[in-house]
Amino acid sequence: MFKLAFNHQVLVGLIQSAITAALALAVMMVARQRKIHLERETVVALARGLGQIVIVGWVLIILLRGPRWTSVFILGAMLLASAKFSAQRAKGIPGAFHVSLYSIGCGAGVVILLMTCAGVINTAITALIPIGSMVIANAMNTNSLALNRFRSEIQSHTGLIETALALGADSRQTAAPYVQASCESSLIPAIDSMRSLGIVWIPGLMTGMLLAGSNPIYAALYEFVIIAMILSASALTSILSTLLIRSQAFSPAEQLTLRPGPRQA
Amino acid sequence: MTSGRRLEHNSCRLPSGVGVQEPILRTIHLTREVSGLRLVDDISVEVYRGDILAVVGPSGSGKSSFLRLLNRLDEPTAGNVYFEGKDYREIPPRELRRKIGLVTQVPFLFPGAVADNLRFGPSQQGKQLSDEAVASLLEEVGLAAYATKDAHYLSGGEAQRVSLARTLANSPSVLLLDEPTSALDVDSRQGIEELILRIVRLNQLTCVLVTHDLGQAARMANRAMVLKAGKLERVGLIGEVLRVQAGV
Repeated sequence: MFKLAFNHQVLVGLIQSAITAALALAVMMVARQRKIHLERETVVALARGLGQIVIVGWVLIILLRGPRWTSVFILGAMLLASAKFSAQRAKGIPGAFHVSLYSIGCGAGVVILLMTCAGVINTAITALIPIGSMVIANAMNTNSLALNRFRSEIQSHTGLIETALALGADSRQTAAPYVQASCESSLIPAIDSMRSLGIVWIPGLMTGMLLAGSNPIYAALYEFVIIAMILSASALTSILSTLLIRSQAFSPAEQLTLRPGPRQA
Repeated sequence: MTSGRRLEHNSCRLPSGVGVQEPILRTIHLTREVSGLRLVDDISVEVYRGDILAVVGPSGSGKSSFLRLLNRLDEPTAGNVYFEGKDYREIPPRELRRKIGLVTQVPFLFPGAVADNLRFGPSQQGKQLSDEAVASLLEEVGLAAYATKDAHYLSGGEAQRVSLARTLANSPSVLLLDEPTSALDVDSRQGIEELILRIVRLNQLTCVLVTHDLGQAARMANRAMVLKAGKLERVGLIGEVLRVQAGV
């Protein structure tokens, strides 16, 4: 295993990682000139990303040789982590972790389960984990975007929303335009990925399959399958998360609780 | 029971020979605390039918926070409000807010025509406000030919008149006015003051008016309550309260 983990390829990978991290930092320094301060967040994100992915590489060496049922626990752990990260993007929204957990769990979980049952995803750990993680990660991104957009929509329309409530409107109907806007905007990346597939980008999975000697047409079709799964999971996640978060923004007495300023309780 | 200094006697509220008049709104030890900060602190006060009660006090004294508790836009953390003698938590919030209408400092109009804004409240109960009713409301607020105008292009004064008409479309019995003229120029301010007084008399409404302008309170209200740091400092007939405020 040690041999597998440390060889010439790993050394090349570390050098390549250092070069790309330096590039990202250089871009952040340019952004700093424009008074966009993301240096700290970028450094932390780069360090965490590198550390995490290397640890995952180590873990995969062990897990990919394990029994198939372990994939359920691995995907479950990924789901918990994704809900935690997503909830961190939704500071100030009560119950954001649970909303994220249920939304990503249902969105990504249903798609992974259905596609595995339908035979679209191979049950081998080597297939299920990478594909499942892609679906979960994209669902997480969609969930973060949806929560973030919902919060800003609500907080920038507080006056209109409370006017409607004061006129006897119900919170569900009052929040409907903002739920819709949040859902639509959170799905832009997933839809754009599908629209630009093959033209603007050739995803890593297809590249890997080609390098591994797969039939190019099959590799292309399978890439479509993956992106379609991501789109479905993202859409389901976004619908669920915006519906669930709506109920967190209002009290049972139809009061807006997600307000900016000191009145927010 | 009542916190703060009371500068009136209940007897002054009694129409002769008809017994004790029930307040339309009564707050009992009403309190709202957020993150350890008491925005409204133990306020007990009565509002009687036909009253125009001015809520005055310096910025940050809790005037608007108090008003938001009256139609339950915010939840009290302690105490209670009774509307027409009934605990307002027993009244569905949507129904309560139709009966206790609110006009805000900044008139937030919905996108679309002025008539659509007026129809919003009744449509929440599944009612369709007729063209005649819209025209009558607009005439009442001095905007007779405005029904089809785009709400986006109204002046501040016009928008506040539409906001008032929109609240009246729900036929409230109490009108909460949160500094309704403070965002307007002097001319519009005077016009809105006169309009509110006319509408309140015409519709026999009860009013709670938040204002930082003591002159406006004197011109419009018959009673006043003074808030300081969320607490009720005094309540009473407008002349007496303003005299004490002025240190006379």
